[in-house]
Amino acid sequence: MTLLVFLASKNWYDIRDLSNISRVILEGLDRFLPSGIVYVVAVLLGFVASFLIFVLPSQLIVGVYGERKIIGRMQSRLGPNRVGPKGLLQPIADAIKLMQKEALTPKFADKAVMWVAPIIFVAPCVLLFAVIPFGPNMIIADIPVALLYFLAVSSIPVLAAFMAGWSANNKYSLYGAMRIVAMTISYEVPLVMALMGVVLFTGTLSLQEMVLWQKSNDIWVVFLQPLAFAIYFICVSAELNRTPTDIAEAESEIVAGYLTEYSGMKWGLFYGMDIGYAIAASAFAATVFLGGWSFFGLDKYIPPWAIFIAKTHLFYFLFIWTRGTLPRLRLDQLMTFAWKFMLPVALINLVVVATERMLWQELTDGKLTQGYLYLFAIVNIAMAVAIVYAWARMLGYSPKDETPMRPRLFNDARGYVPVVSEKGGR
Amino acid sequence: MEGFGVVLSFWVLAAVTLVSAGGVMVSRNLFHAVLFLITTFVGIAGFFVLLSADFIAMAQVIIYVGAIAVLVLFAILLTPHAGRDNGETRMLLPALLLSTCLGAVFIFVIVDADWRTISESPSVGVRELGSALLGTWALPFEIASVLLTAALVGAIMLVRSPEEEAEDALV
Repeated sequence: MTLLVFLASKNWYDIRDLSNISRVILEGLDRFLPSGIVYVVAVLLGFVASFLIFVLPSQLIVGVYGERKIIGRMQSRLGPNRVGPKGLLQPIADAIKLMQKEALTPKFADKAVMWVAPIIFVAPCVLLFAVIPFGPNMIIADIPVALLYFLAVSSIPVLAAFMAGWSANNKYSLYGAMRIVAMTISYEVPLVMALMGVVLFTGTLSLQEMVLWQKSNDIWVVFLQPLAFAIYFICVSAELNRTPTDIAEAESEIVAGYLTEYSGMKWGLFYGMDIGYAIAASAFAATVFLGGWSFFGLDKYIPPWAIFIAKTHLFYFLFIWTRGTLPRLRLDQLMTFAWKFMLPVALINLVVVATERMLWQELTDGKLTQGYLYLFAIVNIAMAVAIVYAWARMLGYSPKDETPMRPRLFNDARGYVPVVSEKGGR
Repeated sequence: MEGFGVVLSFWVLAAVTLVSAGGVMVSRNLFHAVLFLITTFVGIAGFFVLLSADFIAMAQVIIYVGAIAVLVLFAILLTPHAGRDNGETRMLLPALLLSTCLGAVFIFVIVDADWRTISESPSVGVRELGSALLGTWALPFEIASVLLTAALVGAIMLVRSPEEEAEDALV
């Protein structure tokens, strides 16, 4: 009981909400510092805290090191294991190496645009985190149109990538730039449609209120709209150039796409911020679909920001998983998939969700009790599978029954013959 | 307009918008002109934020920066000699004439308008905007969507090649 009282306090040692401790520090400093200085302190404090709690573990440990390590595991290799304990210092060593490298600029490149493109690529990534709620009070800007803000800001890095590709004066760069712009135009449409369903149900555009809706109704949107979640994941991985869909920098087709002429830390900024955008998209998905900082009442005891970061990394693991296991798609395949599969399925999903929203209001006489939500969740999960299967059948992607269990060449070679060395072992 | 931050951001935004709008006209490279145009759009979105019209600011960025600017970039890439010197053109005189007329109209409106300020800004949320758009202004909204659909169909008809027409005639 005393433990509960201790946990429910709003004092500075209450680690469940880090805004308490920062408030105490800032109010204490404001008493004897001249006015205005406290804002500078707040900025420094926010920078240090976000670096220690989020950027360092997320960006460097999970983003760079974890991704390489997990992909190494999936591809039966070791991954980084030389620098530091278990190779943990590898990302830092890479960063130092990149800073030492010379950043070359081609002679006939558009130098000003090429110089400014990485900067424009980095800035929106930092801006994106302004509207992400890390906890009940841990949000920088709780604006009422946060979802639109997220979409608006995340449309800027595409322009930066286009600038990078165009300014290099290289045909492979230009191909990559064209591809990234084409992909973004195509996949933005189903992405927004999938999010529109969530907005219809929660009835708000504010991310914090979406979390509170999921908390008060004891259900996550991912159960309510699994189809929207799948559409969001595929679209966002296409927009972010994650590997199964990274045709904008496909190294086997067009050298490195829009990054071909970049080197040194300029390239490093693009690489690091690709991971940054993936983490921002994961944080957004964790907020909108996975319940944000709430965890069915468990957030009273565990720090909400820890729950939120764990969910973010859970979603980020999906990116790593698809990257490690799926082959890269072709440009026309991706384009066809966006317009012929994702868009109609997203439209059907939107119609279903709108109908359910109206039904919900009618059935409960506007009181919106949560009992029906569980029914909707079961219906929607079944419907998602049915819609995907039916639409795939209609497009003619039906799975063949006579699919060989093993690749044909493998059978022609009469199976796997282990190589026996002279010592007897393999 | 109160508070140092608001005033400062107004002047910074005004400077950014005007300088980049000038850059659109002055820059000889078509691609640079589009980049300046994008900066202008972002600056105008900033003005909407200052006027506490959050939704319109976000819509401005999504539509103008995310969609229209990208389409303009595509158009430039598909134009032959995209990176050519944009200065020499026979349309210089008509353009000057047109812009002078337009500027005169704008200055007349600015001088003529009754610039009353209200102390309490009306808070217009997304909810009010949506119900107005689908309630009071439903008809113009639908007309606009029909217009856009017509434009879409027209664009598809324009880019169809004769071979495709022949193929469709056989079916």
